[in-house]
Amino acid sequence: MKLRVPLILCFLCGLLMIVQFFIPHPPFTNMYEKLLDWAIIISIFTIVIGLSSLIKLHYTRIARKTPERPYSVVVFVGMAVMATVGIINGVNGKEFEWLFKNVQVPMQATMFSLLAFFIASAAYRAFRARTLEATLMLVAAIVVMFARVPIGSFLWQHIMPDSVLQWRENLPEDVAGWIFNVPSMAARRAILLGVSLGAVATSLKIMLGIERSYTGSGE
Amino acid sequence: MILLMGLASAGSLRAQIEKRDVNFEILGTVTMKKGDILWNLARRYYGDPLKWTLIKEKNKIPDERTIPIGIVIYIPTVEAKKIEKKVEEIIAEKKAFAPVTSVTASDTPSDDGKSVTITWELSPDDDKVSQYEILRSSTASGGFEPVGQVPAKTNQYVDERDLIRGNEYYYKVRATDKRGISADSQVFGPVKPVAQWFNEKYKFIGIAAIVFCGIIIYCIYHARRGQEFFVRRIAGIEAVDEAIGRATEMGRSILFLTGLSGIGSISTLAGLNILSRVARRAAEYDTPVLIPACDPFVMVVEREIVKGAHIDAGKLDTYKEDNIYFVSDDQFAYVAAVDGLMLRERPAAIFYMGYFFAESLILAETGNSTGAIQIAGTDSDTQLPFFIAACDYTLIGEELYAASAYLSREPLLLGSLKGQDWSKLVLIAAIVVGVILESFGIHWVSHFFSVP
Repeated sequence: MKLRVPLILCFLCGLLMIVQFFIPHPPFTNMYEKLLDWAIIISIFTIVIGLSSLIKLHYTRIARKTPERPYSVVVFVGMAVMATVGIINGVNGKEFEWLFKNVQVPMQATMFSLLAFFIASAAYRAFRARTLEATLMLVAAIVVMFARVPIGSFLWQHIMPDSVLQWRENLPEDVAGWIFNVPSMAARRAILLGVSLGAVATSLKIMLGIERSYTGSGE
Repeated sequence: MILLMGLASAGSLRAQIEKRDVNFEILGTVTMKKGDILWNLARRYYGDPLKWTLIKEKNKIPDERTIPIGIVIYIPTVEAKKIEKKVEEIIAEKKAFAPVTSVTASDTPSDDGKSVTITWELSPDDDKVSQYEILRSSTASGGFEPVGQVPAKTNQYVDERDLIRGNEYYYKVRATDKRGISADSQVFGPVKPVAQWFNEKYKFIGIAAIVFCGIIIYCIYHARRGQEFFVRRIAGIEAVDEAIGRATEMGRSILFLTGLSGIGSISTLAGLNILSRVARRAAEYDTPVLIPACDPFVMVVEREIVKGAHIDAGKLDTYKEDNIYFVSDDQFAYVAAVDGLMLRERPAAIFYMGYFFAESLILAETGNSTGAIQIAGTDSDTQLPFFIAACDYTLIGEELYAASAYLSREPLLLGSLKGQDWSKLVLIAAIVVGVILESFGIHWVSHFFSVP
């Protein structure tokens, strides 16, 4: 019974969502809105659980004097400062905005900027021409890079003889565009079609109770 | 002495004014009496006291405060005519500015009865129009209020503003030019928004859903009756056991990430399905699974799943709730925390199963630098190349959804997998037929499949 009730609820809610998608008439539209409201209310409660989990984790680290405890102290200080400023001056207040713009945003930008270095290291590994596929990828990448960077167009215009330029003035851009719009797009659409069918099958499995690992009961 | 100076000054002022040239049309003359001021004259003759400067200028009066008594002031009419002419021009232009025609309003089809679609024929002076404003009223006689606006060259607007299902509404369209001159169309109405019982726009989706779900349910039905299905090998899924075994042998933990999407994302649910299989095997080998979550909702479900896996394995005593914790819902704060965790804990196996964004490569490259065996699975086509470059194995797109069935080998799940493959075959056949027919100029297939 403990397992059956969530499965029945899951099936009914899933069915309701499908029905309201095709029938825009009341009461289905109203029920859809109500279900969304419930989801928001439930998610608010889970924020409390998430926050308590975070506090418990870092408190335990400090209490046990683990080597990572300085980071946990930073978490508590940061949390206390932001909460205090937000409660006193409001989240639209100048102080809160200052902290957001001058502390949080630069830290986010720092993390994001790491991506540039990671792209370089990943590209180095991916483009080593060990196999036919890797070689094809390397050639495609070189062509696309050549077409996308300003110096590529500059070199093409200045190195190529006039006869070639008259034939194809923007050949690198055309080739890069073709790679994007034909083979790359075809592969992406194939993946998306598979993904869509996979999503339909997974939804159906969850609705029918065949896939019920989310209930925590395992097999 | 002062009196003499004053008289002399007044005399020179009178002489100066009387020397003026009356070379302008006049409306009349006024002999200034005691108490007369130009302000009152302007109000009397023009209806606008602010035009006193015009009288002053034409009569060449140096100081309006010391106009001598008895002097004749000419009231000019030239400017008045100019103003009148300008008004006439504006009225003429306004008359020339044609309003929109053929305004129609109808209930928007396939909706919940809370919108009306208004269409019209563009004004013949559309090139002068800056915007069309749509006005609505509940009566035809008046009380029209603006509900929206669209730029020139647009002849349709969908009104969704506070409409009540079943009420009657009247509409008109106002064309306005850059100077603010406007011309209203005729009133159209009444129109009554009503709700429909079927969304016509989604009829293809409905048919496709019935066909695909039918195929999948048919295959599940056959699987339930004991039919065995062949499933092809997927290297990434076969490596899951290898990764768990490696972590067990090395005495290190497994790191499992389900992406940044919430519980409403189907890829997160697919990731959670895989987590249940991984957690079950890890529980059997007493290998800890660390799960930093970016969504508290997902964290709660992950705790239930891992706890359930330990119960199924008969190892509830080894379940540690603190291994699954909330970090942050901020993308890069989450990345910083997980990167730190990777470098400190050095897990032997890392799983990325779900929907990822720009953080995918930062995470996967950091994991790669720790020497962990990495298995990724995502349906985010923009992040797939990063995972392929940085991870040992990658489940591409639909393989993420299939992984749970592969790992469990449950007949019903494998049946759904087979149904998925048959559905794909139907889709491929439809594409091939559509391409052939379209090549021969037969368009009904592509029209049928298009969703407005």
